[in-house]
Amino acid sequence: MYVAVKGGEAAIDAAHGWLAEERRGDARVPELTVAQIREQMTLAVDRVMAEGSLWDPDLAALAIKQARGDLIEAVFLLRAYRTTLPRFGASVPVDTGAMLCDRRVSATFKDLPGGQVLGPTFDYTHRLLDFALMAEGEVPPARERTAEPGPVPHVVAVLDREGLIQREAEGEGPVPDLTREPLELPADRALRLQALARGDEGFLLGLAYSTQRGYGRTHAFVGELRTGTVTVEVEVPELGFAIALGEVVLTECETVNQFAGSRTEPPQFTRGYGLTLGRTERKALAMSLVDRALRWRELGEDFVGAPAQDEEFVLSHCDNVQATGFLEHIKLPHYVDFQSELELVRRLRREAAEGATREAAE
Amino acid sequence: MDGSGQMAVAERPGWMGLCARAPGARLMELVGALGPRPAFAWLRVPEIGSVMIRGRAGGTGAAFHLGEMTATRGALRLSCGTVGHGWVQGRDKAACEAAALVDALMQTGAAARVRAAVLEPLEREALAQRRARAAKAAATRVEFFTLVRGEDQ
Repeated sequence: MYVAVKGGEAAIDAAHGWLAEERRGDARVPELTVAQIREQMTLAVDRVMAEGSLWDPDLAALAIKQARGDLIEAVFLLRAYRTTLPRFGASVPVDTGAMLCDRRVSATFKDLPGGQVLGPTFDYTHRLLDFALMAEGEVPPARERTAEPGPVPHVVAVLDREGLIQREAEGEGPVPDLTREPLELPADRALRLQALARGDEGFLLGLAYSTQRGYGRTHAFVGELRTGTVTVEVEVPELGFAIALGEVVLTECETVNQFAGSRTEPPQFTRGYGLTLGRTERKALAMSLVDRALRWRELGEDFVGAPAQDEEFVLSHCDNVQATGFLEHIKLPHYVDFQSELELVRRLRREAAEGATREAAE
Repeated sequence: MDGSGQMAVAERPGWMGLCARAPGARLMELVGALGPRPAFAWLRVPEIGSVMIRGRAGGTGAAFHLGEMTATRGALRLSCGTVGHGWVQGRDKAACEAAALVDALMQTGAAARVRAAVLEPLEREALAQRRARAAKAAATRVEFFTLVRGEDQ
């Protein structure tokens, strides 16, 4: 039960005033600008855009500043802003095969057209704190090698040529949209992928790890992981043609899993898919493992009761804005609810005590 | 669209897309340098909204909703009656106006001048930026060397 509680306005005002001061921190230290966050906290910005489900680096940087670096709070701010926007339409599905890759690696094939391109990665760093970053200094320019920008083929196409990998089915009917209709179960793959793409990275990481440790084991290989720029094309209804309206950075992960075959399918490899806004590699990788685990039904595999296979469990709990909203509301005043609980416990104790006295007397 | 993600700017979708993706400040600078702003009336004042980005399962399968991006659109009419549509990525209404002006002017006798002063620089700069990233990526391409093993000697 919720009952409006009056009072506390002055305390709330003072709390928010203090919040603003604490957000600013020591005034002798220069204030962070939104542009600095956008340019130098890029992976935090990307994570907020991915889970906020809105590509706008300036707004994500602003949200991070406003939230004092609390990324879930920042995601919440971005989602709230998004709800105020009119929707102009949906894009033509992006062509990730035409991606201009900053990074593209495969763990399954060493030699492949376009090669293994590491990009600006943390991989192979020693994970030692770099004290040089505490001092101000110029960064030497990155090395370059002459190259023409151009697309590189998807790695799984190599397996596809031999028919060794399951083909992706074309979708039918309208594309479901979680932001317009509530989640309905069972969900088709398009709805699952949308939910996972905006899901919490930590939650997906934990689930993906659980499949690796044996809870719904699918033994994934990373067929390909790529990050780069894709063009977003939009049909302009009043003109009757599509324009390449924007560019976004995406991370795409395709995992390849062994599959013994079923009554209708010969033994082949199956795939898990991750696609996320921004440079969000851990998330894309986790998403592809969880996507694969959720496909047990269509692939005729057994449901072994693993959390990552349980569509209702995964899809109902992967959204961190929903989760934190429900979790955090319990810290807000529940005085009246609690008062009634208190009354109840007191009465039960009184009755128990009276019962004991009666028994002793008999 | 060719492989580099670029649409030829000879056609209307090409020039509209080029303006849409250009850095807003640069677009406005180039349009401002064209001279006095032509007289126009808004048919639809710039409006900020979103576009839902779609992907495909496995890159090739069923379409799904990946997430949205911000965009701004507007439409104007020059005093000669030519209508220009401005669509830009992001939330910049002034850039939307500049894009709509370019679209309108490209349908008038000013097309050659606008092409040379606005579209060609934007296209060159976009290509230079793509080349720079491609060059940095290429420098991180792994070259494998086959090690000579003991038993082969």
